Amino acid sequence: MEWETVIGLEIHAQLSTKSKIFSGSSTAYGAEPNTQANVVDLAMPGVLPVLNKDAVRKAVMFGMAIEADIPDVSVFARKNYFYPDLPQGYQISQFDQPIVGLGHLDIELENGETKRVGVTRAHLEQDAGKSLHEDFAGQTGIDLNRSGTPLLEIVSEPEMSNAKEAVAYMKKIHTLVQFLGICDGNMQEGSFRCDANVSVRPKGQVEFGTRAELKNINSFKFVERAINIEVERQIDIIEAGGTIVQETRLFDPDKDETRSMRSKEEANDYRYFPDPDLLPVAISQALRDSVRAELPELPEQKKQRFMDKFELSAFDASILTSNRALSDYFESLADATGEPKLSANWVNGELASHLNKAEIDVTDSTVSVEQLSALIGRITDNTISGKIAKDVFEAMWAGEGDVDQIIESKGLKQITDSGAIESLIDEIIAANPGQYEQYRSGKDKLFGFFVGQVMKVSKGKANPAEVNRLLKAKLDA
Amino acid sequence: MHNKSLTELAADLRAGTYTSVELTQHFLDRIEQYDESLNSFITVTPALALAAAAKADVQIADGTAGPLTGIPMAHKDIFCTDGIKTSCASKMLDNFIAPYDATVVEKLKQAGMPILGKTNMDEFAMGSSNENSFYGPVKNPWDTTRVPGGSSGGSAAAVAARLAPIATGTDTGGSIRQPASLTGITGIKPTYGRVSRFGMIAYASSLDQGGVFARDAADCALILSAMSGFDEKDSTSSEVASEDYVAALDKPLQGLRIGIPAQYFDEGLEADVAASIKSALEQYKALGAELVDIKLPNTKLAIPSYYVIAPAECSANLSRLDGVRYGHRCDDPVDLEDMYKRSRAEGFGSEVKRRIMVGTYALSAGYYDAYYLKAQKLRRMIKDDFVAAFADVDVIMGPVSPTTAFKIGEKSDDPVSMYLQDIYTLAVNLAGLPAMSIPVEAAAGLPVGLQIIGNYFDEARLLNVAHQFQQATDFHKQTPQGFGA
Repeated sequence: MEWETVIGLEIHAQLSTKSKIFSGSSTAYGAEPNTQANVVDLAMPGVLPVLNKDAVRKAVMFGMAIEADIPDVSVFARKNYFYPDLPQGYQISQFDQPIVGLGHLDIELENGETKRVGVTRAHLEQDAGKSLHEDFAGQTGIDLNRSGTPLLEIVSEPEMSNAKEAVAYMKKIHTLVQFLGICDGNMQEGSFRCDANVSVRPKGQVEFGTRAELKNINSFKFVERAINIEVERQIDIIEAGGTIVQETRLFDPDKDETRSMRSKEEANDYRYFPDPDLLPVAISQALRDSVRAELPELPEQKKQRFMDKFELSAFDASILTSNRALSDYFESLADATGEPKLSANWVNGELASHLNKAEIDVTDSTVSVEQLSALIGRITDNTISGKIAKDVFEAMWAGEGDVDQIIESKGLKQITDSGAIESLIDEIIAANPGQYEQYRSGKDKLFGFFVGQVMKVSKGKANPAEVNRLLKAKLDA
Repeated sequence: MHNKSLTELAADLRAGTYTSVELTQHFLDRIEQYDESLNSFITVTPALALAAAAKADVQIADGTAGPLTGIPMAHKDIFCTDGIKTSCASKMLDNFIAPYDATVVEKLKQAGMPILGKTNMDEFAMGSSNENSFYGPVKNPWDTTRVPGGSSGGSAAAVAARLAPIATGTDTGGSIRQPASLTGITGIKPTYGRVSRFGMIAYASSLDQGGVFARDAADCALILSAMSGFDEKDSTSSEVASEDYVAALDKPLQGLRIGIPAQYFDEGLEADVAASIKSALEQYKALGAELVDIKLPNTKLAIPSYYVIAPAECSANLSRLDGVRYGHRCDDPVDLEDMYKRSRAEGFGSEVKRRIMVGTYALSAGYYDAYYLKAQKLRRMIKDDFVAAFADVDVIMGPVSPTTAFKIGEKSDDPVSMYLQDIYTLAVNLAGLPAMSIPVEAAAGLPVGLQIIGNYFDEARLLNVAHQFQQATDFHKQTPQGFGA
């Protein structure tokens, strides 16, 4: 039988506000346990939550970016359950009146087509703390630094039909929230994480199959693997005559398997009700206007603009707009050099590979826009060749100085003087009489041999175009 | 000096008739001498009170004192006090010392008022008799075999017996007005949002409101001016500016329109209580007011509505009391679930458990619409009744409680009969209105309170209406026997 997969994602994006969603504590990552938890985060008796307006702005901005319905009023609700890292005994979240309603997002498929995926809703909520099971023998430690950190939970429609689409959607959201400056997107630190609802059904069937919710997926690679493993598991069960149980499953990347956490029967009744400590949130026209005014150019728009303005290919433009900082870096470079195509090649080539190797972000690049711009300038004014430029880049990356300094100190300046090149050519011809004769007798392929020899003796500094032109003239004379 | 008003005490302090240290010591001595029979305090803090009094004396001497500087007071043990145990009368919080002051506590500290101690109450403010306390019941100073009402019974008894000039309370369904009524003192529950709830341990967040007990309305006005106002730490606190409640006290009542709801004089009201209330209303007529018959048709719905909403909210509010970070934790838990279950089973009393269970049930999947949502609809109808009534009248009057103080133990096995104690007070909390209880003519030697309900943020008028009555009568000056001259 042929099977069809249905996937919906719930993404938790930590909003990059300075303080927590309902308290004034800092949200900075990595502090000593419980040093960023005040009496509100600890849920001491009598304390009250006060909504962080910046979290509201950031959620509204997200809603605008996905062209979502943003209701006039949204309501915070208590989601009740007991857990030691949930100090209140309930999570303040949103239930039937989320801050962001139905919106959508376009993803690119592997075959080059575009698919529109619906975003059901996005709502604000507070994160829980962390339970530390390793550090205390026989006991569990609780760190409430993360308790109360603002999260935007982004829920998709069940509209993705394979793991690759799910990854494309997740990446798209990941890029978008960073572009908007509402989330740092750091997946290692848990700022961006995802649960996947996965089900299968016979191809052509209208009703959904029973779904499993996969928890704790914190990388793009794991999302793809977890979904594929889960789809296989479900199909195996059904084909063996079994039925799928609605349950929450945990993806274990070490064992490459998903395993049951709890079934629907064991699921909590969260007893949601409106939080009486918080007034309904009104989204005024003034707020909408001011957020819209701050809304940056979105990745889609920027990609199109790069294609129009800089005549870049869709491929190049797409890579350059995968990240806001990278797109800013590129645009500054293209404007400074007036050489957009060359700039794109350098950013997507040498710069990207050095950044990847060093595992750092473009904002931490050791080669600045000014330095790379100067380098490109030396290529276009023929001071150095593109090949030599890579060596200069390497030296700049290593912190050996600016472009001209490096060219000077390493003697890398290109030989463009035709007299000098001609004398090099004469030397090479004189040293290789056999090859010269063969060429003259019609073995055209040997032209490449002579070019290589000239470049070799010039240590790569001879201007390749000049070498070509002069060599041709000499050999064919 | 314990029978003097706040204004008189402040004048004496300024005149140097006695110092704040002497005044504070006087009340501490009275607590020492008389509270054994009343059990109105859970914690008494002599050292802290005297230190604050000494500081107040310096301010009085150097002329930086305010109108309340140096006058000692007591807080209901539901308000968190930095460095002093805040138990909410529960075993659960018997070991809890907050590292912060409630906004109300902070404001009255800033006003220069030494804290004598923390008063007894029904556990987590759940009760109408002050019998639900881990620290034992509070007794009514008028008859120590009787209850003082609840949940703020300790504050009411302490002020009635003049063990403190004033004391704070909270009112979720009548917890200031009913004990004020049963102990013959004046109490005010302001409009919801008028007084910050920050640091006031939550029972039912949408209904809880802090207020005060005093000898009379003029004292209430003075305290309320100091403790009310917007608080950025409480999102539900109102930005409507507080008024100068003292300045409004002296307005004559000529032409005042008083609404009399027929529903507050039904068969459940004891005859002698009804007689006292009617006699007080006659007094108002004599002061120039006009009595207008009004209808609050949905009054009876207040009890079912309240007893869904309040338990629902409390079931979540009390979840933080889980034995993990503070409060009672059971011995030797075998696992997490065991720790939760035993800590909470041991820490909470039976009325608290009953309300947590009712509330959890009302919010459960499949019951939410039938209970919680329905109760919210009733709440809206009750509020609409009041809004319609206030289109035609300035204040509404009726009894606070259907009875006078009952015997300790009389209703403690019958929760429903206990819940009926609050039949005339609950609707006010559901609507969020301000209301007072002032003493009127006693019935068979036991105090009776008249309830005055005001429109939203109309505390100034409420206090004015109460004060004018007290100018013409001396019920508020009556004191129980056995607590010194």
